[in-house]
This record gives sequence, structure tokens and C-alpha cells, in this order.
Amino acid sequence: MKRHLISAADLSRDDALLVLDTAEELARVSSRSVKKLPTLRGRTVVNLFFEDSTRTRISFEAAAKRLSADVINFSAKGSSVSKGESLKDTALTLEAMGADGVVIRHGASGAPYRLADWVNGNVVNAGDGTHEHPTQALLDAFTMRRHLGDLDGRRITIVGDVLHSRVARSNVLLLSTLGAQVTLVAPPTLLPVSVGTWPCEVSYDLDGTLPKSDAVMMLRVQRERMNAAYFPTVREYSRRYGLSADRYAHLPEHAIVMHPGPMNRGVEIAAEVADSTRSTIVEQVGNGVSVRMAVLYLLLGGSEPAIGAGE
Amino acid sequence: MSAARNQEQPQYKAVLEAPEIRRALTRIAHEILERTKGGSDVVLLGVQTRGVNLARMLCRRLEEVEGLKIPCGSLDVTMYRDDLRMKPARAIGRTELPGDGIDDKVVVLVDDVLFSGRTIRAALDALNDLGRPRAVQLAVLVDRGHRELPIRADYVGKNLPTSLKETVKVLLGDVDGRDAVLLGPKTDPKGDDGK
Amino acid sequence: MSTFLIKNARILGGEPRDILVRDGRIAEVGTGLAAEGAQTVEAAGLIALPGLVDLHTHLREPGREDNETVLTGTQAAAKGGFTAVHAMANTDPVADTAGVVEQVWRLGREHGYCDVHPVGAVTEGIAGKRLAELGAMADSAANVRVFSDDGHCVSDAVIMRRALEYVKAFDGVVAQHAQEPRLTEGAQMNEGEVSDRLGLRGWPAVAEEAIIARDCLLAGHVGSRLHVCHVSTAGSVELIRWAKGKGWNVTAEVTPHHLFLTDACCERSPAGRSYDPLYKVNPPLRTRADVDAVRAGLADGTIDCVATDHAPHAVEDKETEWADAAMGMIGLETALPVVQAAMVDTGLLDWAQVADRMSARPAEIGRLEGQGRPLEPGSPANITLYDPEYRAQVDASSFASKSRNTPYAGLELPGRVVATFLRGRPTVLEGKLV
Repeated sequence: MKRHLISAADLSRDDALLVLDTAEELARVSSRSVKKLPTLRGRTVVNLFFEDSTRTRISFEAAAKRLSADVINFSAKGSSVSKGESLKDTALTLEAMGADGVVIRHGASGAPYRLADWVNGNVVNAGDGTHEHPTQALLDAFTMRRHLGDLDGRRITIVGDVLHSRVARSNVLLLSTLGAQVTLVAPPTLLPVSVGTWPCEVSYDLDGTLPKSDAVMMLRVQRERMNAAYFPTVREYSRRYGLSADRYAHLPEHAIVMHPGPMNRGVEIAAEVADSTRSTIVEQVGNGVSVRMAVLYLLLGGSEPAIGAGE
Repeated sequence: MSAARNQEQPQYKAVLEAPEIRRALTRIAHEILERTKGGSDVVLLGVQTRGVNLARMLCRRLEEVEGLKIPCGSLDVTMYRDDLRMKPARAIGRTELPGDGIDDKVVVLVDDVLFSGRTIRAALDALNDLGRPRAVQLAVLVDRGHRELPIRADYVGKNLPTSLKETVKVLLGDVDGRDAVLLGPKTDPKGDDGK
Repeated sequence: MSTFLIKNARILGGEPRDILVRDGRIAEVGTGLAAEGAQTVEAAGLIALPGLVDLHTHLREPGREDNETVLTGTQAAAKGGFTAVHAMANTDPVADTAGVVEQVWRLGREHGYCDVHPVGAVTEGIAGKRLAELGAMADSAANVRVFSDDGHCVSDAVIMRRALEYVKAFDGVVAQHAQEPRLTEGAQMNEGEVSDRLGLRGWPAVAEEAIIARDCLLAGHVGSRLHVCHVSTAGSVELIRWAKGKGWNVTAEVTPHHLFLTDACCERSPAGRSYDPLYKVNPPLRTRADVDAVRAGLADGTIDCVATDHAPHAVEDKETEWADAAMGMIGLETALPVVQAAMVDTGLLDWAQVADRMSARPAEIGRLEGQGRPLEPGSPANITLYDPEYRAQVDASSFASKSRNTPYAGLELPGRVVATFLRGRPTVLEGKLV
């Protein structure tokens, strides 16, 4: 059976916990002298990156290689794609190479679903447009679990450009699956119109929300949004929705500060907050490899995938 | 379906009960001490899952016999198995090495049933990635025969001649509420690895 | 010209009657008719409707003959039971001069499958800046009465006002593609729960409704005829109901797909696909509540007619990422089955009302003589015979259209057009082109 991880909604609570528990075990491999497992020997994983994202690509590449998979990196720049080859033709090429798993990053929302229609391998979404980024949500949950323990009942605040954020979409879905209480904080212009139907709370008041948060996740805000009148100025955005040192002081003692990167220091997050002891921003990057190993193992390691949405 | 299953529930008979298991472990403890010159540099590694409980039991026995604190850990071999592609991807267990690791140690692998030898093959591969022991030995509660690889146990609780149509189940107190080794007819011709 | 005797057809779903067709006209309607030398068409169990009229068809010729031509498009129309279609102006070159509209009109005449009435562009190059020579197109052989920049909205209020006023001189109508451009920049699908989940740029209902509200007010102010293309939202239906209540000369159409499909198809299509661009269309598929509202609007006459917005696209323009895909779906060959499923089988319309919404009203709005006439002696013999009991999966490979971008392939739809007569000459018999 073909199964994919394209949306965080593809994961049941049991699936999500299986990924996180597996990642916890696999994290130990990273501290061994031989950082490799033979599990995916002979399997081919293609990293299909239509958008530049060195960090995510390297993370998936390291994960696949630590599991001994053959990794083929296919980036759109300088390839036949930039010469106008369609996603479908690229998919057929991958099919011909016998890809068991395809990790896709694409600027268009839904591109992984289109790909999944055309290939036989299992598809992992490494970020598609403004839709989702499920492995980022998994690594965020993994990071939170390490600091906060079980996420059931934990209060997680996500701040910023929710409207355009694939990280926010995946996090809301996954965290609610895991029983956490999510609050989104953003200017109303940067919230989806139907956010009221999402499994989370919404607030426009960051100061009121922070003292009740176990973790606060700051989302990147692109300066271009200002030109489309989403907010008046970067300065005003930062004043109302940025995590300044003053606001940081109002977080509970145990609360952690997260950011999926890349950061705009001084816009959504103050430099001293990003570098503070309760910031998990660097740790999140490292956890990415373990979580992606778990996802690749559970999708490709057995006779059929143990997680994900089937067709 | 489940009703039909229940009707087919095979009749298991106990081939080892708690006292016999206890005696077998005591004997193995003595043998380990003999063969390793008093247990110096020995590390017990239980193979997930029942092997881990057995290793802990063996560890307690060694302490009782000789007052020795032998380091004890666990080894999960899932990622090294040669039959991974025959079943859906499964959850993996904990691998936990004792503080000093396994370099230059005499590692005694502990498992419940020795059958095809494939689990132990995977365990040897896993050890290879974890360090370089001086020697590796194998202790099992039951050797049921039918080896498919050139592997033998150094310490055996009981040699149990079996048919391939049979299955051996090991129950241990801390997980199953009872210590026993059961023999019964095989139910699933494919999936079971004979334990 | 040959004589046909259609036996036992249920005219507008009524009791079985024979229809004698002679010299391009209906000669006689009755029971037990007989006629020397007439070719008999057995129509027991079939519904007879006046030939269908489409106010909104994209035939793509000139310019995109790879997707559709006047020939293949009118063949598809005939198979769908249509005897007249209005060919939209957004061709290449744009139908904004007498030359282009006459060319399209003539091609339709030559092929003879279905009358082709070109729609003239409102503005030059459908660019929204300067009025096209509306009068020249009206006076041309094509006799253009419907003007539209379809595909683009005449968003400039002054241009729209002038166009509405100007066409009064020759009883024309401006068919507006209501889409406020700034509110729909980069828009991909209906803005709502589904777009928010899918991360696709939302296309708010207000972008359609704001233009409709403005245009109704303009039409009321200057006393002109306004036609609203492809109404898709509940709010639009409300606005049109309000404008009609004022006595303003406003008409509206709805497409079969907006009567039948919702934005949920974008998340998961009937075939189980997600983000399948076959469901990408302008205006976008809306919510269940919108579908219910446009159905009610069509039923109570607020929406005057059904128009297909048949929009052929090449395979490569649909087999792509959602954002890159072309907007539109073909609809001529499935229009009547979809209307049956959405309106008739649900009890919202009877067959006489279907004839009104798909033939009489659109012919009246387009000022077509000889189309949409009642099936009675003396009328031009434009007749569609339809089998409402037929059930089959839609087989796109059997379509006459050059394109295959139908959202219904593989879906079971009711009904089948068995025969189409254009002025007494069969264009389709036994479901096949003649």
C-alpha cells in the first residue's frame, strides 16, 4: 500500500506518538561513533527540491544517509525543471529511477499531492507553498516533548504570519492531535478568514497570552507583506507582535521559545531572546534529523508504511 | 473473525515452570562466572524485548551468587533485522549500553529463545556499530534448534527439540505476570519468528 | 429537405406526442401522426425540449485551435443538445472587431452543427481601457447583441457605465464577468475553510458580489440591460433578486458546475485526488450553501438561465500544480445531465422549466430569433430528444470536444441526449453526430 506524509492530518495520535518515540530512540544514533544504521540499505530516496532550502534538504539527506538509503538530490535550479519540464515529467523520471521515497519541497501548495498521483513511491512533504510542512511540526513537537514532557494539555502559542505559514498549519493540526492547546496570535490580516473553525484559540493580544504559555513559537514575517497592507510598518508589527526582551520576561520560568527559521532578528524576535537559554532554535535544527529518520524508517523500512495517509 | 480465532486458540503446554527457569538461570550464572574468570569485564546485553527482562534476572542472580554488580543493558536489533521488508515497519525498542560502553568488554548477549539465529546475527551487526568488545557470548533460556545460520549459544537454559509446526512462548513475571516457557502449535504460518 | 416524424416524444415531459418536422419547421404535433416518406425517429420514453441555447461558450478559435475549434466545439454543442451557442470574445485575436466576429459566425454557419453567435468584446483587447467598436459588431453579419470581456471583469465603473448605455442603441446587453481584480490577485479557489486548509490564495465571494452590486446600480441608473455571467455565490443571488425587485433589467446565468460541485472537490475530488486542477475554475467552486442558493435562485427565476462556460484547455495546462493550471472546465456535453441531477432529480425544476432556463430565456437574452421557441406547429424545428432514464459513467474519450478537462469523467450522471435537430436537420441521432 502506498502511503504518504503530506499533511500533519495524515497522522493519527498513535502515528504521531510512534514517530516521536521512534525519533527519540534514533536520536541516540547521532551520539554514537558509528552514526549509521543499515535499515534502508538498497532503498532509494529522492530529495526533490523546487525551492531553495539548504537546511531542510541537508536534514533529509543526513536522515536518509544515516539509514543507509541511497540518496539522489534533485534540485530544480540548473536542471531540466528550469528549462520548463513539468512536474509530471519530473515525476515520471523519478519513477524510471525506482525511487522508493520522494521528499518534495515545492513553492506551490498541493504539489506533493500531484506528485503522489504520478509516482509509486511514498511521498514526504518537505514544505509546499503556504500549505503544510509536517516534518517541521514533528520536530517542533519532538523539541517541546523533550522540554515539557507529554504535550497533552500543554499551552502552545504560535505568533505571526499564520495566513502564509505552512509551519503554522502543520503545527496546529499536529499539536491538537497530541492534545495540546494552541493559541494563534497575529494581526487579523495575517489570520485565515476561517481560523475560527481551526482546532485552536485565536488572540490579538500577545501580552495577555504569553504568561499562560508553555512554549511560544515565533513565525517569520516577510517584509514584503507590508506592501500588501497586511500591516502598516515593520516597526509597528514588531512593537505589537514581536517577542522583545520585555515580553520574554513575562513568560513562565519553564517556557521555551521556538522559531522554525530563518529568523528576522529584531522583527519577530529580539536577538537576545533568540540567543537566550530558553531558546530551542538551534536544538530544533538538530532534532530535525532524528524526526526525519523516524519518518523515513516508518514509511520505507517495512513491507508497507506504518504511518501516513493511504490512497 | 475474532470468535473464530478464539476457537482456534491452540493449547499450549508448559515445558518450563518458574522453579525450573530459576534453576536454569542460576546454572547459567555459575557458568558465566566460570567461563569469564569470575565475571570480570562482563557486560550483559538483553536483546529486546524478553531478553532484556532475562538479562535483568540473570544480573540479579549473579549478584546473589557472587555479590557481583555486573553492568546490564539492552539491545534493540530491529533496524538490523533481515526480515524488515517482510512486515510493516514496526516500533523500535531502546538500546541502552551501560556507562562504560562495550569496548574491550566480554559482552554476553541474552535472549529468550534461540531459533534460526537471525536475531543474533542482527545483534552481532548492531554490536559492531556500537563498539568493539573483546569477546561476544550468547546466553539463551531455550534453544529450540532449526538454525539457519552458523550460530550457537554459549549458555543454554534448556535444549528443547521442537517441530517447525510448533511455537515457543516465553512468559516472564515482570511483563506477563508469570514465569513459564510454553510449547504449542504454530498459529500464524508466516509472521511469527518462532518465539 | 427531408421530413422527420418523431414518434411518442414527451414534449417538456408531458404525455407522448408525435412531432412532424417538415422543411425545417414543426409541421404538426399530435398523436398517431403519419407522413408519407418521412423518416421515423422513435422517441418513446424520451423528453422533447426546444434546442438548447448557451449564452457562454469558449470555442477558442481563432488562436487556440489546439484546444477547440468552431467545428469541434459546435459538434460538442450538438451532442449536448444545443442548437445555438454564444462564442466568447477572449480569442486570439480578441473578438473586438466586426472582422473577427464575422469570421467566427461564418465558420459556425459553414459547419452547420449549431448556430454560433459571437459575443463581442466590451473593450479593445478585453483590456478594460477603451470601448471596442460595439456598433460595428452589432451591425455586422454576425449581428452581435451580447458583449462581454469574459475572463476579465470590466472593473472600471466609468467604462462599465458607458458600455451599458452605449449598447442600448441596438438593444444589446453587457454580460459582466463579475470579479473585482484587486480582491482576487493571485486567487486560486473560493476563500473559506477549504482554501484556508489547503493554503491556496482565497477568492472571496465579496469580489464577485461587490461588482454585481455596483453593476446592478449602474444598470438601474442608466436603464440598461445587464447580464451577470456565471453567478456562483449566495450573496450574488440575493443581490440579483434585489435588483430584479427594483424592476431593473438585470438577468443572470449559472453554470452546471456551480449547480453541482463544491469547493470540497478541491480538497478531495470524487476520484479521491487532492488539488486536482480539473476543479480549478473561474469563478471558483463555492460552498454547499452557495450551491443550494444558486439552485434556489435558478428554481425561482432569480437566475434566468443555465450557461455552460464551456472552457476547453490542453492536457498539459491541467496536469500540473494547482497554481500553474489554467482555469475552466468543459461542459457542453454534460450540461443537461448535470442539470437533471442538480435540478430535476432533486425536484427543483420540471422539464418545462428546464426548457425555459436552457432554451427560451437564454434565446431571449441573446435576442435570438428562431431559437428557444415552443415546440408547436410553425416553430423552427430546433429540437432536443433526451433520455432521462439513461445511467452511465461519463466517458470523456467519447466527447466531440477537442479537450478533456471535464470534472465528471468516471462519475455516473443521469440522462443522455439522443437526438438534436437544427432547423429540421438532425445533427445528432442515436447519440452520435450525423
